[in-house]
Amino acid sequence: MQAMLRRYGYGLSGLTVLLTAFWLLMLVILPYLNLFKESFRPYLIAKDIGGSKDIFTFDNYLSILHEPTWTPHEIFGFQFFTPMTIHLQVFLATIAFSCFATFVAIVACYPMAYYMAKILPPKRLSTYLMILIIPLWVSELMRAFAWFILLTYKGPLTVILMDIGVLSDGVRWTWYLWGYSGVVVTLVYVYVLFMLFPIYNSMTSLDMNQVEAARDLGSPSWRTHWRVVLPHCKPGIASGSVMVFMLSAGSLLVPGYLDSPSSQWFTEVIYARMFDQNDWNGGAAYAFLMVFACMIFVTIAMRVFRVGLSDIAK
Amino acid sequence: MTASVELRGVSMDFEKYRAVDNLSVTIKPGEFFSFLGPSGCGKTTILRMISGFIEPTSGQVLIGEQDMRGFGPNKRPTAMIFQNLALFPLMKVWENISFGLEVRGADKATRRKKADELLELVELSGVAERYPSQLSGGQRQRVAIARALAVEPKVMLLDEPLSALDLKLRQHMRAELRAIQKRTNVTFIYITHDQGEALAMSDRVAVMSRGHIQQIDVPQKIYNEPANGFVAGFVGENNVFDGEISSAKKFKTDVGEFAATLGAGVSRDAKCKLFVRPENTLLVAKPKAGSNSVAARVEDVSFEGNFAVVHLRDKTGRKLSAEVKNDPANLPPAIGTETHVAFSAENARVLLASDAVAYGKA
Repeated sequence: MQAMLRRYGYGLSGLTVLLTAFWLLMLVILPYLNLFKESFRPYLIAKDIGGSKDIFTFDNYLSILHEPTWTPHEIFGFQFFTPMTIHLQVFLATIAFSCFATFVAIVACYPMAYYMAKILPPKRLSTYLMILIIPLWVSELMRAFAWFILLTYKGPLTVILMDIGVLSDGVRWTWYLWGYSGVVVTLVYVYVLFMLFPIYNSMTSLDMNQVEAARDLGSPSWRTHWRVVLPHCKPGIASGSVMVFMLSAGSLLVPGYLDSPSSQWFTEVIYARMFDQNDWNGGAAYAFLMVFACMIFVTIAMRVFRVGLSDIAK
Repeated sequence: MTASVELRGVSMDFEKYRAVDNLSVTIKPGEFFSFLGPSGCGKTTILRMISGFIEPTSGQVLIGEQDMRGFGPNKRPTAMIFQNLALFPLMKVWENISFGLEVRGADKATRRKKADELLELVELSGVAERYPSQLSGGQRQRVAIARALAVEPKVMLLDEPLSALDLKLRQHMRAELRAIQKRTNVTFIYITHDQGEALAMSDRVAVMSRGHIQQIDVPQKIYNEPANGFVAGFVGENNVFDGEISSAKKFKTDVGEFAATLGAGVSRDAKCKLFVRPENTLLVAKPKAGSNSVAARVEDVSFEGNFAVVHLRDKTGRKLSAEVKNDPANLPPAIGTETHVAFSAENARVLLASDAVAYGKA
């Protein structure tokens, strides 16, 4: 602060601080607080607003549990019933498949990060990075749409596979995984770099002598990775996981294109409540449910990986 | 458990240069053997070839008379101690030490027991539950040694592991390493650029330069009877005189002709130099006629405790040095004194100049 004052004087420093404060307060904090407040009020017609029905209540949050039906499930041949509402089902599926997408991203990025940080000659690294980054310049909309086209029924992927004789008929690629396969594939593709770079970063600081020492002590390479390399990368994996999970769970665009008739993403439910039914109160409540779920995920991820918030922020 | 190590005509070519050139050496079981040389002489390459991280371009590496080609570092009966130790920072000390046993499938109780035993062996009991970052440099050193010993290697490879320690600790660890080696009777192969370390610890030393071994011998002989100018210059201090062999056992320089001992391979045609160690000289006011002596003027005296080094300059401007014992009754000459540096014929060695040392065809 002192340094800033000395460098820019009171006028410019004051203006910078003021603008930042304005942005933070008026455009971030207050709108969220207002939305938080609204999430506890019922959705009323204009003449009832401010009347006797306008009270603070948890109804908007609890509506996710309203009118549960005993839904049959079958997993690995076991059939069981749960009191599910469609919203709760979508909510849980969103969390579950975001976790799954995160896991796939870890599995895909770990070997790539190791290769980039430790095996690839530095001369070739920049080319490699370019190949990875250039697709990121294309808008998320375009990339999601590209996957939509690729995976359509009798789309390019099917046609090519039919041509080389792998398939004999069209495949509905997005119908697998309970209808979430297209969403997961595209989420992984769209957000994979948010996983790759944190892992790559933590990988670069790994001392290769440790890998050699492990090998010298007789360790096969999988154990060296499990006991030496992977633990070293934990902060990177945690930070990448938080990123990919948050972005996946919060994505509206990707599920919008790639979900199947039997699947929905929770963001779509929120969107429908807010903009189709104009129920901002209900939409806000669901949105905050989502935020809480994400916070719980981050906390769990930090516990599991035994890393602090400061490690993740790196 | 111990084994011999033999390198048979080993060469190692890297993309741009040959690091080790047709080198052969046999290291006996249970021996403490050092490779001594300046950086870039190929000593690290040798160690990595023995450990299996690299395979020689040609030649054989034998451990316990078995050819090791095709065996990776995890399949060889060797254990390496790295220059930066390479302890696993996220494992506790005991987990570090027992990692090699974990790999071999030992259960936790066995591993813990072995780790405690080894900690005792390296005199470091009671730190098993700590992390390496909570230890001092010397303690970490011991953990690294214990970790390497845990896999019961037949050959221990040490890559300048003492270079990161301060002087006092380094000298202490020298004795320690030597003691551990004698206790375990494992073959130790030690590489260093520090002649003090090599001479103090080793049974035998190989002095290396540019991928070639210049001399293999016991430390005393390396120091007292260097094979050539490179060894003499690299190990210890010397007064060096340019010149040529004038007649049998005589060496002619610009400050006179000296009676000398001729080293191996020297001849009238080869480029030779005369080497005299500072501790083998005497400062005399009036030299005996016919003995080796050079007139010189005292420029500086540096007192080292048990001895003093007298720096002199002769009439051609050549720097000379002489060591005199610390004796209060007989102080070293004052600065500016004109005196003579005298030495015997046995201590004046004519050796092949280091730039005339043959390095083979490559």
